[in-house]
Amino acid sequence: MNLQTAWAQRRYGFLVLLWVALLTVPYWLGYVGSYSALGSKILVYGLATMGLNLLFGFTGGLSFGQAAYFGIGAYGAGMTLKYIAPSTPLAILVGALAAGLAATILGPLLMRRRGIYFAMITIAIGQLFYFVAVRWNNVTGGEDGLAGFERQPIHFGHHLLVLDQINFYYLVLFCFTIGVVIMHTVLRSPLGHAWVGIRENRRRMEFLGVRTDLYVWASFAIAGLITGLAGTLNALLFNFTSPQDLHWILSGDFVMMVVLGGMRNFWGPLVGTVIFVVAQDYLSSITNNWMSFIGMIFVAIVLLFPKGLLGMVGRNSGAP
Amino acid sequence: MELLLFNAFNGLLQGVFYALMALGLALILSLSSVINMAHGGFLVIGGYLAFTLTPHLGFWGALVVGPLLAGVCGLVAEQTMIRHLYKRSDPLYSLLLTFGLALIIQDLARTVWGAEGLPSAVPEYLDQPLSSTYFFITGYRVVILGITAAVAIGLYLLIRYSLLGIRIRAGTRDLETVAALGVNIYQLRALNFGIGCFFAGLAGVLASGVLGLTPTMGESLLMPSFVAVIVGGVGSLSGAVLGGLLIGVAAGITTTYYPSASEAVIYFIMLVVLAIRPRGLLGKESIFE
Repeated sequence: MNLQTAWAQRRYGFLVLLWVALLTVPYWLGYVGSYSALGSKILVYGLATMGLNLLFGFTGGLSFGQAAYFGIGAYGAGMTLKYIAPSTPLAILVGALAAGLAATILGPLLMRRRGIYFAMITIAIGQLFYFVAVRWNNVTGGEDGLAGFERQPIHFGHHLLVLDQINFYYLVLFCFTIGVVIMHTVLRSPLGHAWVGIRENRRRMEFLGVRTDLYVWASFAIAGLITGLAGTLNALLFNFTSPQDLHWILSGDFVMMVVLGGMRNFWGPLVGTVIFVVAQDYLSSITNNWMSFIGMIFVAIVLLFPKGLLGMVGRNSGAP
Repeated sequence: MELLLFNAFNGLLQGVFYALMALGLALILSLSSVINMAHGGFLVIGGYLAFTLTPHLGFWGALVVGPLLAGVCGLVAEQTMIRHLYKRSDPLYSLLLTFGLALIIQDLARTVWGAEGLPSAVPEYLDQPLSSTYFFITGYRVVILGITAAVAIGLYLLIRYSLLGIRIRAGTRDLETVAALGVNIYQLRALNFGIGCFFAGLAGVLASGVLGLTPTMGESLLMPSFVAVIVGGVGSLSGAVLGGLLIGVAAGITTTYYPSASEAVIYFIMLVVLAIRPRGLLGKESIFE
């Protein structure tokens, strides 16, 4: 058996295991001492970090302000439910499109920047939305966050789907799957290959006649859209949105989750998210100083495992 | 009119803190290519240590020792952790590492000194208004402006004329050549990092007398300082000062007319500057693109 088929088989086995595990989460999560809202939260954050990874791991744009689009999605969904119409699908759609639109508008300010400069500008732009959310009291609820909305049952013809904790998990899984299919398709298209080319050697891509800034713009917009989709689900999960969903600390957490799992790998961010969210959940339940421990995890990962967990086993380009 | 002056002056003070932070950030950024997310942490260290030392050293003693200790802490962090990342060309790792440091420092400050704010330790004779019309101009605030001006001029002289400064300037242009000429660039970057953290600590000590001390004060001053660096132009020290003062005053003036936009206006200015002058006001064509 040659190496290629061995790899393919391992990949295949991994994917089957992953999807079986995801589909059965509500049935086994209780046995490992957890609750199904945590399952939904992991999947929501996983979608956000996988979206971020399009820009970060595959295009090489160090976005440190991705929480902005997560938060725009969350506020978009919450405000749609609260002020416009009591419809869950509409809320998801509006929130995700709002985030995608914001990223599309801001993209041109960033698309020519690289490295550190790119990172700094994304951080700072992210804070703009944070202060809008904090200060625009009568619409966003200010510091206290946006409350007073609830996810609504979904109508399928005459059948009514009540979104209890378990049904909601499957809604999240459904949206996650859509997001994964979109990302997978894009990464296999010429667009995705161009992104990897830009990451590896931007100047060379330019010499080949590729308008790299437009590709970076597209990457920024699509990453914003996917992260925004995750944000809408986050708002629906807790029936609440706070300015913390827009804060740069969350952006940093997202980047950490991606790095932890392995940023050159399609599934890496999800693995990193599982570990990070579970660790955070556990640490905050046993100690008041959990922030220090999270910080130490950051330091340790950077110094000891810079390639992340799946980065050790994956192939070079990381394309799915 | 007086309200406008009052707010503009408050904004100027804020701008001074931003400028001090931004100076340190810009120093570290341009020589080591490290975005120091822990800069707010060193500000908090400086502020709290000065507060703790005030009963022993007096106000003026703590004002000197606090920032120095912040600089030493920065030096230690650089020597134990950050220097290992210089070989990795991707700026991601230093960003994440300093981000982790920021979390640790903020959490430790809360554990040691408590989450509640601490009062300012400004001596009474300095806390008096200088005139009855302009009640907001207290002696302490004038002292802040004076110290900041003195330190900024001192840094300019250091960078312009001293051997260390010349090496730092050369290093920002081409670190490899500087190393090839026999300068120990590890030492150079360490010293530079320490100086940067000294500025953060100084901002912390001075700001504690105006804003009070809380574990999260560094975090809230950090982001506007980034904006100051971007607006002024990455790689330009005078740009960092100009950017800091500009956004501070702009935020202060906005407070007069539309208070709830006073923070957002900072970021709005940044977007406008980026759209018109992508390299910032005083930025030159640089390595960061």
